[in-house]
Amino acid sequence: MAITKLHEVHERRRSRNVGLGVVLGIFVVLMIGLTVVKVTVLDPSRMTQEVSQ
Amino acid sequence: MTDATIILDDSREAGFGDYFALLKPRVMSLVVFTAFAGLIVAPIGIHPFLGFFAILCIAIGGGASGALNMWYDSDIDVVMKRTKSRPIPAGKVTREEALGIGLTLSVFAVIMLYLATNWVAAALLAFTIFFYAVVYTMWLKRATPQNIVIGGASGAFPPMIGWAAVTGDITLSSVLMFMLIFMWTPPHFWSLALFMNADYDKAKVPMLTVTHGKRSTRNHILAYTILLAGFAAAMFATPLAGWTYLVVAVVMNLLFVKGAIVLWRRDEEQAEADGYKAERAFFKLSLAYTFLHFLALMADKALFAAGFGGPF
Repeated sequence: MAITKLHEVHERRRSRNVGLGVVLGIFVVLMIGLTVVKVTVLDPSRMTQEVSQ
Repeated sequence: MTDATIILDDSREAGFGDYFALLKPRVMSLVVFTAFAGLIVAPIGIHPFLGFFAILCIAIGGGASGALNMWYDSDIDVVMKRTKSRPIPAGKVTREEALGIGLTLSVFAVIMLYLATNWVAAALLAFTIFFYAVVYTMWLKRATPQNIVIGGASGAFPPMIGWAAVTGDITLSSVLMFMLIFMWTPPHFWSLALFMNADYDKAKVPMLTVTHGKRSTRNHILAYTILLAGFAAAMFATPLAGWTYLVVAVVMNLLFVKGAIVLWRRDEEQAEADGYKAERAFFKLSLAYTFLHFLALMADKALFAAGFGGPF
């Protein structure tokens, strides 16, 4: 049977679900950002080595 | 009774905020500030995103050690007034959940910091978590009245980690930033213990005020404050200190030593008569002390970069 009345415990459960969703979303964004920065910003000292190779 | 009613009757189910509270957000804010300072004053730059990511990892690592602390200390947290509303004693989060979150976030933060920056910063973060969760929480806290002194090391590492995240090394400058917080922690906490009746005796935690009395605590505060001033002055031997730091260090250390002497001269009768006025003032001053020292170091770095002045 579907739940028709919302209890306070549902709100807490929702805050947990939404919170976790937001945290995972932020994690995905951070991973993309880290990847972009890591592949685009080169360490100048390494760059010289890589160019000479 | 159906399963649904059992769950609905369970008014202690945790919300997201209860899990977040496991990470001790207030402690995290100090960690973020000092780690940021370490990162800013480092001699070379870092990509802003990597800097932000490093601070986030340090904050998560600090929070994870807080969760591990709450897992281990739940038996004493339930006894003390100050801590009994924490998520575990309040019955909102189980000990196992706290342990799981603490361990997972610890591993996550250390690996992510390594991937974003370097192994020195990651190793320092791992050591900090180990130091707080194992050395302080499990070994020292219940064993010795010097728990605050040695445990303070874990709170002192963040600027060193911030610095290492940029440079990948450990130098005199970063060690002195560590010492600044390390030596500051005892007078800061003991001055609080003088006027806060935090029922540590009920929880059988050996606080100096309980084991050696308040007279001895006042002596200890003065000794550590004088040593702290020495380390604050030693910062002039590094390329970090400029005119801003000079002004802040001189003013704050004179005030801090003066405050410690006032506490040392007072006895319990005088303190009780005026409601621990001097002790409260000293505690407030201690909050400003670290904040202003690190702020001054960052201000000097900005001034050097803008072409104003230079290190002594």
